[in-house]
Amino acid sequence: MTYVNGLRCVECGREYKIDPIYVCEFCFGPLEVTYDYDAVKRDMTRRKIESRPHHMWRYRELLPVDGDPVTGFDTGFTPLMKAKNLAKAWGVKEVYLKDDSVNHPTLSFKDRVVAVALTKAREFGFDTAACASTGNLANSVAAQAARAGMNRFIFTPADLELSKTINSLIYRPTLVPVDGNYDEVNRLCSEIANKYRWAFVNINIRPFYGEGSKSVGFEIAEQLGWKTPDSIVVPNASGSLMTKIWKSFKELEKIGLVPPVTTRVFAAQATGCNPITAAIKEGSDVIRPVKPRTIAKSLAIGNPADGYYAAKITRDTGGYGADSSDREIVDAIKLLAEAEGVFAETAGGVTVSAAQKLVESGKISRDGTLVICITGNGLKTTEAVVEHLRKPDPIKPNIEAFEEFFKKIG
Amino acid sequence: MSVKVMVPTPLQKLTNGKAEVECKARNIMELVDALEKDYPGMKERLSDGGKIRRFINIYVNEEDIRFVNKEETTLKDGDNVSIVPAIAGGHR
Repeated sequence: MTYVNGLRCVECGREYKIDPIYVCEFCFGPLEVTYDYDAVKRDMTRRKIESRPHHMWRYRELLPVDGDPVTGFDTGFTPLMKAKNLAKAWGVKEVYLKDDSVNHPTLSFKDRVVAVALTKAREFGFDTAACASTGNLANSVAAQAARAGMNRFIFTPADLELSKTINSLIYRPTLVPVDGNYDEVNRLCSEIANKYRWAFVNINIRPFYGEGSKSVGFEIAEQLGWKTPDSIVVPNASGSLMTKIWKSFKELEKIGLVPPVTTRVFAAQATGCNPITAAIKEGSDVIRPVKPRTIAKSLAIGNPADGYYAAKITRDTGGYGADSSDREIVDAIKLLAEAEGVFAETAGGVTVSAAQKLVESGKISRDGTLVICITGNGLKTTEAVVEHLRKPDPIKPNIEAFEEFFKKIG
Repeated sequence: MSVKVMVPTPLQKLTNGKAEVECKARNIMELVDALEKDYPGMKERLSDGGKIRRFINIYVNEEDIRFVNKEETTLKDGDNVSIVPAIAGGHR
């Protein structure tokens, strides 16, 4: 049973049947999955969702697959943690972390999009999964395609963090490190996708893949007791995650599962790669591509595919954007760890830092519920913080040595 | 003003398979009208309501017109204009 109607061009509205395509052949706009919302409304009730297992497929009526999923049975339904210490420090009524640093199986939100993409790729009859990635997506495609028994080709910038590379290689994909930045890797992959019949999850499978991100938003709403937060801060790379979280809130509103949505949406980027937040701050609807220079490599997309739509959502909802320097990102990673016991990757530092700035500047209201999206795990980007932590010298195994040590840290 | 226009593969159906055409125009919107005259159907593929479509990139001598003067970007004799759909995330 599927509730999918087809694909529609976001720009000109032309409709297409479900195929592994991603661009409108008339105006070159991106394609988006459309659903039969009347049927979804009838069948997707709170009670039905709540009776299902705690993973992302509990929202399957609004995920674009026809048959049974092939992967992602333990993916999603990550903690929505109450961050009491941050709330107190910032003077905000309620702060929550949507903590995808513990997502299954590869510790980032990308496990959600890959679960949908591989299921759809199988439905289309592909036997090879591929991706252009800044690291997290590579990890997830490598792992989930291994389990789904698919061939896997992973293309990444060659200068990725060592842990991210190890976290791909262990699943034995064909890893293709490319001497270039993500935008160049992506362009290469578009050419390969035209030539080889592979499922590039974020190219020819992109309209389906992106829908997997909606599960973040569905979960946040359900975990808040079927309502959406007053404010949400989302890290932006291509801008896709933020647009899909917004779409998920509006879909829940449309099918009557949450009250009218008044959430303000805020974008977070690194100052060294801020094409989206720059456009938001300038009030411009043109995204000016940049050459990324930031430790937040998972967000280092200089020419973001969904940047226009991401900036528009912040404008339309009364949100805004903030970006942070490398130093501020590291400080925020440490703040999050010390205050809430969560070790996030650099993108998490970006989001926490942005949230703090937006609260301090009054853009985010202190009287409401604030959700901060943590999208990846700190163990994958230890390089970013290693120079900023002091590893103590060892002591001899006797009590005098310890007391000497204890005196010194005084 | 005669300029050279590089036409991307998906639009070459309209130019009888030609990847490069010549046009006379003083700015980008005049160029679109000139292309329409020679190759009917081009205007609605490239623009909507007097504006270049969001996912069409136009470069004049490698400069993205969005960062020059948008639709009013002026053209001079011998300029090279490239039309590039933004599907691959940018311009080579």
